[in-house]
Amino acid sequence: MKWSKKDLLGIRELSKEEIIFILDTADSFKDISKRDIKKVPTLRGKTVITLFYEPSTRTRTSFEIAAKRLSADTINISSSTSSYVKGETLKDTAMNLESMRPDAIIVRHSMPGAPYMLAGIMDSSVINGGDGAHEHPTQALLDLYTMREKKGRIDGLKIVIVGDIAHSRVARSNIFALRHFNAEIVCSGPPTMIPPYIETLGVKREYDMNKAVQDADVIMMLRIQKERGGTSFIPSTKEYSTLFGLKKEHIEKAKKDVIVMHPGPMNRGIEITDEVADGPYSVILDQVENGVAVRMAVLYLLTGREP
Amino acid sequence: MKTKVLLDKKAVERTINRMTHEILEKNEGCSSLSLIGIRTRGIYLATRIQSKIKDIEGMTLPVGVLDITMYRDDISKMKSPEVKKTEIPFDVNNMTIVLVDDVMYTGRTTRAAIDAIMDLGRPKKIQLAVLVDRGDRELPIHPDYAGFVYSVNRKEEVLVRLNEIDGKDEVVIVRSS
Repeated sequence: MKWSKKDLLGIRELSKEEIIFILDTADSFKDISKRDIKKVPTLRGKTVITLFYEPSTRTRTSFEIAAKRLSADTINISSSTSSYVKGETLKDTAMNLESMRPDAIIVRHSMPGAPYMLAGIMDSSVINGGDGAHEHPTQALLDLYTMREKKGRIDGLKIVIVGDIAHSRVARSNIFALRHFNAEIVCSGPPTMIPPYIETLGVKREYDMNKAVQDADVIMMLRIQKERGGTSFIPSTKEYSTLFGLKKEHIEKAKKDVIVMHPGPMNRGIEITDEVADGPYSVILDQVENGVAVRMAVLYLLTGREP
Repeated sequence: MKTKVLLDKKAVERTINRMTHEILEKNEGCSSLSLIGIRTRGIYLATRIQSKIKDIEGMTLPVGVLDITMYRDDISKMKSPEVKKTEIPFDVNNMTIVLVDDVMYTGRTTRAAIDAIMDLGRPKKIQLAVLVDRGDRELPIHPDYAGFVYSVNRKEEVLVRLNEIDGKDEVVIVRSS
């Protein structure tokens, strides 16, 4: 298939075919990171900018490494060191960057929809690196890639997502992606953190985590979004960790070959115990590794698209 | 559209036989020799050469698969062509590598393939084997083993068909009228 989209804003806009095409392309790029010379000349002469208005370690570094391994030039801008602190609007910043003719720009912003606004006014490809509680498309793609890599398939899996579903862009993007596949998706967490109409997305709810993880193939843990007021939805983090923190006993209820995922950063001792996070079922660091391959694929496809 | 058969099934077989013998002769056997086929038809040709060498010398040479897409010099004009996997399951350092492709034309594919291999290590030698050399080079690159040399003008296209993928063995010239 030929890629034709200029931007990657959300998983919601992607077809199943497009999702699989990105994962297959990522497969071809993954080996590059395992070589002594971790670089190919594919995007020589292209410029990639990361524009982050929210903190990030993984996503920003992952995009930068992905672009560099494809020989693109990268520039990183974070809000604290940009003219944002002098009062420049997002739109003005974007138009000024656009004048320097980048080929792709990765935006993270606390306002849902910010990358959509930029995509409409910029000629460069816009990639959503997380917009508020809305979407985080490359995270979902790397999560699906990891599931497919570890399980050999996505169809037929039971995937349990535990935590603050309502404020999680990771959960939302994953649900939008997974519903294209014949997978069983179960959301678990405190009632205050699960949106009332979640079933309309083809997802089941189960407030009792012990029941939710029964026979699970994949357990995906989410972080309490302190920056989005997440702690005000629970009586205490101690109670949360007692009821919804992933422990060894949950693993024993799941399938024997269950995998445990977490998008990071982890709050150890709250949503996940050290024993599980560092245990044999954890694929959390594989997710990070696969993130580079998936982002290489996205950068490659978007910057060389069919006009 | 006119087509002309350049090599039929028998001739393809004989040509690959001859190339195999030339490879063995030039390298004085097949120690530290390996084959890398360029996607797509180069893979099948490399595998055939491998099995012929096994018949002659009793040794199974390692065979790798190379996808040159990431190294193309025209990639910015090509609109994200599909990237397939490169699978080279052996260490290329100090190896004599025979690159195998179906048709040699401008030399640009070979240039990309050489760069791709160099990024994997430092082979002792890289040699080039092609089933058909159609001439009209744009880079100073020449094959070490050419099955069939045939000068073709730019309006003509050389098509190599192999049983593994096309259902039959033949080399034809297609002339667009």
